[in-house]
Amino acid sequence: MSRREKIWWIVAGVLIVLYALAPIAWIVSLSFKAPSDLANGQFLPTDASTENYSLILTGAASDLFLPALRNSFGICLIATAISCVLAMFAAYAIARLDFPGKKLILGTALGVAIFPVISIVTPLFNLWRNIGLYDTWPGLIIPYLSLTLPISIWTMSAFFREIPWEMEQAAQVDGATTWQAFRKVIVPLAAPGVFTTAIIAFFIAWNDFVYGISLTSTSASRPVPAALGLFSGASQFEDPTGAIAAAAVIVTIPVVALVLLFQRRIVAGLTNGAVKG
Amino acid sequence: MSTTTLPPTEKAAPVSAPAGTTSDRARSERTLGWLLAGPALLVMLLVTAYPILQAVYDSLFDYRLTDPENRSFTGLSNYWVILTDSTWWIAIGVTVFITAVTVAVELVLGFALAFVMAKALSAIRPVLRAAILIPYAVITVVSAFAWKFAFAIDTGFINKWFGWLPGISGDTDWFGGQWSALFVVCVAEIWKTTPFISLLLLAGLAQVPEVLQEAAKVDGATWWQRLRKVTLPNMKAAIMVALLFRTLDAFRVFDSVFVMTAGANHTETVSFLAYRQTISRLEIGLGSAVSVLLFLAVVLIAAVFIKGFKVDLAQARGER
Repeated sequence: MSRREKIWWIVAGVLIVLYALAPIAWIVSLSFKAPSDLANGQFLPTDASTENYSLILTGAASDLFLPALRNSFGICLIATAISCVLAMFAAYAIARLDFPGKKLILGTALGVAIFPVISIVTPLFNLWRNIGLYDTWPGLIIPYLSLTLPISIWTMSAFFREIPWEMEQAAQVDGATTWQAFRKVIVPLAAPGVFTTAIIAFFIAWNDFVYGISLTSTSASRPVPAALGLFSGASQFEDPTGAIAAAAVIVTIPVVALVLLFQRRIVAGLTNGAVKG
Repeated sequence: MSTTTLPPTEKAAPVSAPAGTTSDRARSERTLGWLLAGPALLVMLLVTAYPILQAVYDSLFDYRLTDPENRSFTGLSNYWVILTDSTWWIAIGVTVFITAVTVAVELVLGFALAFVMAKALSAIRPVLRAAILIPYAVITVVSAFAWKFAFAIDTGFINKWFGWLPGISGDTDWFGGQWSALFVVCVAEIWKTTPFISLLLLAGLAQVPEVLQEAAKVDGATWWQRLRKVTLPNMKAAIMVALLFRTLDAFRVFDSVFVMTAGANHTETVSFLAYRQTISRLEIGLGSAVSVLLFLAVVLIAAVFIKGFKVDLAQARGER
């Protein structure tokens, strides 16, 4: 590669990094602007202030933000766990066993994945009000399965197909018991796939807005995105911009950290599930 | 004009009992398969099939939660009300516009990103891959707020930075007009979802056999010819799958619209219309009818892709 070409590739690379980071840098910068500074028309604050962070963590907005953060973590973790367990069994059957339901299950997963979420919200809204699930954790966990389960099945079966299952028999031939062969050979091989699937499923649940805003009404179960979306309407802040920016930064950091730590696996998981040659 | 693809290699079929004779082992394997996969299938059906059937049922009633006593069967009249109202057609128009613009731009941009990632120096490749994943991981609502604040008159910097462009000045109200508001919605959507497309395309690029590229190069094909005759035909499956997923995803656009305009100035999408009827106005009957129509639209798009463009999902998954 010539020197000139090299420079072009580096320029292209820098542009990509700028593209990915610019809006994040902007919201971080905004979160450090004091209320008087918000409308300075510049990218950077004139004088950095942590006022917005104290507002949402300890101040007037904390009773909106902190419960939402707890709800989001709890609901998303439970939904992810349930769908990972269900998907693990299904993916094992799809990858390992010869049975006629494979196509049906993968097809259903695809159908559910492309289902318009709002079409589920309308009937659930009415039903949840009647049976008392409206504005509760289970009331969100159940519909979240429609988001997390299909991608889990899809991703995990792609991972499980790559596992050299013969190694289980090889271990048994070498004298391992069935349980030992499973625990010492198969579990370590399957764990990365399960783990990656869990991260991707968690992202999708964490990102949800439609269910969160439609099926909750109080801080008893309202997750972060929905709480953020409604900050703007709350009259208790003069200008919610700074508070929203600070809250946005706080909920973005853990996900970005996860991405940076596990990028290789996440890319493999995302693409294995959808495209496989 | 011929395209160059390698003949499909036969995948080794899983060893199974010969047809016609179902051995005990095969039968027990089948039972075990259903036992393991059944719960997942059941849950998926419970959380989607049941609600959509309920929506179909509810859509046949004049049913308002503020007035539940007067619930009455009205047949298809909800659908008639919706389909003869300009609100619906504006929402369809806006949704189709957002879908078409974002998917088209994302495909081109996603290709560019995938190319750079595929060809970039191996030293910076992990950096690019990590960077590209960040928009994917950021919550849609957060991305929508970031772009909204950037374009807003009071908190933004776009007007100041781009004031030298014709039509943009210090007091350009991006969210005050239909087209400018939709432009910002599209920018936010494109930023957030291009990485997904580019990763799928990157995986597709990796499937293009290097041998064919080399052969074309030796035969004197230009870069453009190689792209059109070798690269694109060989990654058709990946492109179609990416298009299908993104089109259906874009058609459900809701979060960005909610955050940026709340449907004002004719920027309401179909999902937002369904939300507003059901949750804000408590019109369960009308809201259900909108939901059913949206569902049918999504089914129609998927059918067009799978039948019309022959997207072979089984092939894309590596099984047949």
